Amino acid sequence: MDTAKQLRDKIAAGEVQSVDAVQAVFDRIEKIEPNIGAYLSLCKEQALEKAKQVDAKIASGESVGALAGVPVGVKDNMCTDFVATTCGSKMLEKFNAPYNAHVVEKLRAADAVIVGKCNLDEFAMGSSTENSALKQTVNPWDTTRVPGGSSGGSAAAVAAGLCSVSLGSDTGGSIRQPASFCGVVGLKPTYGRVSRYGLVAYGSSLDQIGPLARNVTDAALTLNVIAGHDERDSTSISEADAPLKDYLTDLESPIEGLKIAVVPALNDAADAAVRAATQAALEIYQSLGAEIIEIEMPHFDYAISTYYVIATAEASGNLARYDGVHYGHRSPDAENYVEVYSKSRSEAFGTEVKRRIMLGTYALSSGYYDAYYLKALKVRNLIRQDFTNAFKQADCLMLPVSPTTAFKIGEKTDDPLQMYLADVYTIAVNLAGVPGISVPCGFDEKNLPIGLQIVSEPFSEDKLLRIARMYEKETDWHTKKPPL
Amino acid sequence: MSNKIDEAQVQLVAKLSRLELTENEVSQFSTQLSAIFEYIEKLNELDTDNVEPLAHCLPVHNIFREDVPRPSLSNEMALANAPDREDEYFKVPKILDDNSGA
Repeated sequence: MDTAKQLRDKIAAGEVQSVDAVQAVFDRIEKIEPNIGAYLSLCKEQALEKAKQVDAKIASGESVGALAGVPVGVKDNMCTDFVATTCGSKMLEKFNAPYNAHVVEKLRAADAVIVGKCNLDEFAMGSSTENSALKQTVNPWDTTRVPGGSSGGSAAAVAAGLCSVSLGSDTGGSIRQPASFCGVVGLKPTYGRVSRYGLVAYGSSLDQIGPLARNVTDAALTLNVIAGHDERDSTSISEADAPLKDYLTDLESPIEGLKIAVVPALNDAADAAVRAATQAALEIYQSLGAEIIEIEMPHFDYAISTYYVIATAEASGNLARYDGVHYGHRSPDAENYVEVYSKSRSEAFGTEVKRRIMLGTYALSSGYYDAYYLKALKVRNLIRQDFTNAFKQADCLMLPVSPTTAFKIGEKTDDPLQMYLADVYTIAVNLAGVPGISVPCGFDEKNLPIGLQIVSEPFSEDKLLRIARMYEKETDWHTKKPPL
Repeated sequence: MSNKIDEAQVQLVAKLSRLELTENEVSQFSTQLSAIFEYIEKLNELDTDNVEPLAHCLPVHNIFREDVPRPSLSNEMALANAPDREDEYFKVPKILDDNSGA
């Protein structure tokens, strides 16, 4: 199967019709999707219509966008005005957004063809996509296992060839961890690089949209399309503060004299197969001339505690908007206005969402604010300083994405704390706001994919992608396909 | 300041969150939230007396723009997803009770 870049170039050259490529994806979806469950909705008619328009543009000699005719999946927490936006929740099961998210506008302007909306943990809260109230997504490499989460549908769709690239969102690892579990590339850009306008909010100071792709080139191509300032998101960075780059231009040029920071104590906490794959990846970089520098990040261990205070505090505020009045579920049994709120919310939110609203409300409540929320904000500063110090010594940090490969469906659902602890390697990156990427770096003894995480300083996605590409060129992990 | 979140506290937080919990949920959340906050209290190992709180990673600042009217959602679009409506309004149960004198 062609990569997104290959397919786009063939379509733009008139060698392949977008209509045929999109039809082929829907044929594959018909065959394979019932066993994977990557999508919450499909938009076949609109997709074929868009493909025809792209083909017509090309036939008439018009120039076309960077993703012309390419089938793309979009996580179902990004607003679309042409198909429902459910967030995997009963609360929004019938919600039709009145506008498109910035990234959806960008995709369309680049002539991409949106295939459907991908499953996720409800409101992006989870690490396995098991918290979706609407569907179970499984891992294409082993259908008894989770695809990771919360962008599990986006990762599974790319891994199973049900789209060429997809968009996910990452608040504590929700792009990188499912990418790792499903054997694809997943990039979380710097906070502020991509507009969050139209992304349904979970933890607003942490959320960031990014691509999931079959290789680093496709991730760079997709970032080119979605990155950039948008005045509708006041935290989206201005191009004067952080100039945009063409992430494809220098992608093939290796970084000379690359210095890689590693934290030995951190890597030791991973399973043997993950440790071995990480070590082997570092050796490949060494063989390319990179220097490995062992460092300490003394506050990394506090990231999970910090995250589950800050993210849930922000979530408790963000999810207050679901009031049963303006949109979303309203309880038929509500007899007064308080019950409109409380019954509607209780009926329509799943357990994890309720748990996080409760956690955040408690952490912000009178008497606990200083002890938990303010304390967490201070520790967040210390965590960011750890990253700043690391990047004074090295170009990037390398570490595992997850301590394990994909776990069994149902294995961790009874113990939320255990599920949270599995985010140990990804969460600090969101707290520091820096960019991180997961690239396939091997398989364990059960033939489950393992991801290598590379992290670099704010707004250095160009360097980050080049570092990832250096490794990808030397290995063929990203070309392996799940046994479907 | 290790503390267990008992069922009464769970009920109070649920009320603040506008959630109605079943007895099962109350007991489950009491156990789970206690375990999670016990873990979170690891933060107290760190001395943060001289550390500034960091709410945002970027140097975010106020962004001003000219106060010029621009197109926004029409009433019809804004009401399109309303669970209940009447004419141009979102409809909800009566907010003031009959004895409120309003």
